[in-house]
Amino acid sequence: MSDIKRTPLYSLHVELGGKLVDFAGWEMPVQYPLGIMGEHKQCREKAALFDVSHMGQVILRGENVGEKLEALCPQAYATLKEGKARYGFFTNADGGIMDDLIVSNAGDHFFVVVNAALRHQDIPHMRAHLEGVEVTEIFERALVAVQGPKAEDVVGELCPAARDLKFMETTVADINGVECRISRLGYTGEDGYEISIPEDKAIEISKAFLAHEDCEPAGLGARDSLRLEAGLCLYGNDIDQSTSPIEASLGWAIQKRRKEEGGFPGADRVQKELAEGAARKLVGIKPDGRAPARQGVEVQCLEGNTIGQITSGSFGPTVGGPVAMGYVSKGHGEPGEKVNLIIRGKAQPAQIVALPFVTQNYKR
Amino acid sequence: MATYYSEEHEWLTVEGDTATLGITKHAAEQLGEVVFVEQQEAGDEFEKDGEIGVIESVKAASELYAPVDGEIVEVNEALADNPGALNEDPEGEAWIYKIKIADASQLEDLMDEAGYKAFIG
Repeated sequence: MSDIKRTPLYSLHVELGGKLVDFAGWEMPVQYPLGIMGEHKQCREKAALFDVSHMGQVILRGENVGEKLEALCPQAYATLKEGKARYGFFTNADGGIMDDLIVSNAGDHFFVVVNAALRHQDIPHMRAHLEGVEVTEIFERALVAVQGPKAEDVVGELCPAARDLKFMETTVADINGVECRISRLGYTGEDGYEISIPEDKAIEISKAFLAHEDCEPAGLGARDSLRLEAGLCLYGNDIDQSTSPIEASLGWAIQKRRKEEGGFPGADRVQKELAEGAARKLVGIKPDGRAPARQGVEVQCLEGNTIGQITSGSFGPTVGGPVAMGYVSKGHGEPGEKVNLIIRGKAQPAQIVALPFVTQNYKR
Repeated sequence: MATYYSEEHEWLTVEGDTATLGITKHAAEQLGEVVFVEQQEAGDEFEKDGEIGVIESVKAASELYAPVDGEIVEVNEALADNPGALNEDPEGEAWIYKIKIADASQLEDLMDEAGYKAFIG
């Protein structure tokens, strides 16, 4: 592939021995020599650094941006305070999820991060619907995540202001004399930061983080097992254009006023499902045995009827066994319910469990 | 005793009409950390290129294909509790099956060590 893209950290990945793969058109490290399992544990126990520069960073400038975003998203962005970030999603007219995103109120603008594979959809979507808002996709900044219980030490050593942030707060601060946007959030279930860095300083600052004895690089492999154990959805696996936020058990991400007032694409369906329950819902599923249940595996009730499908499944290094998420139809999905997973034609016993699989360690 | 290699990255150490079968070090490296091995049972018969097990790593599931016709005579039960052995010692301790070879002439289709080294580059 000649048009595969590289992030500003590409040469660092090569230097660190990263195994590079094509991910959503980007040449990204799936793992480093430490390996997926080791990198996963590194993040849970100390701190890990991830390159997430493939994600789309977008700046929105204009009058009442938060209010205008509410026409595209079911979140209460009009009331999002300066210095705060909020998880959300674009919904389509049928109440399906077009993409999930993080929106931050940066004071004189809004800062939005969207999935790599959907940059081409989301940017035109915002340009078409956010009237009077200047939508600027940022290409000249890297995005680096430092995640784990030691993340505050790793980042705080170079940037004391980072220590003062709480979960889902964002600020601008200098790191090694370079102005960076630092947000206390992530995709691992651990405390940590995502840091937007000018591209020409990205390697220098990443290396400064990695110089800390508790910080090691981690790739997309560990990122996936970490987010799965943390019960966080992956767009394209667990959520897509057909799944509603209520089906995806993302009702918590829709604020009360928006649930009541509606006024976002697909609000009819979302409000109906809030009132009556959805036809299916996303749940945690823990296989009893050791065989991982991967995406697409059929879920059956004990009577043998199909009740759903696994959407994400892998081995959870912290759990020490296989973990999965999937949809089950209405009437099923209470934690403790026993089900069978059809893996290579054989029924393997499993149990519905509450998400997440591991306790989220956010700094509230 | 001679060791043969398949294009599916298995090794086969033959003694008379029986053989020990496993995956190569190269295969183990490509798979990544192994978390589960699905094995068949002693007594199961198989044909060349038939599926005789599945190896699941943190990344994905990979099928194990039979390099020859034969029958499983012994299963390395230790892999059920310690699948990670396949990363540590795939060409030794972490053998997968002992098999009885049905048609020794099929060994001629397999590679020797030098051939396999050239095959993986």
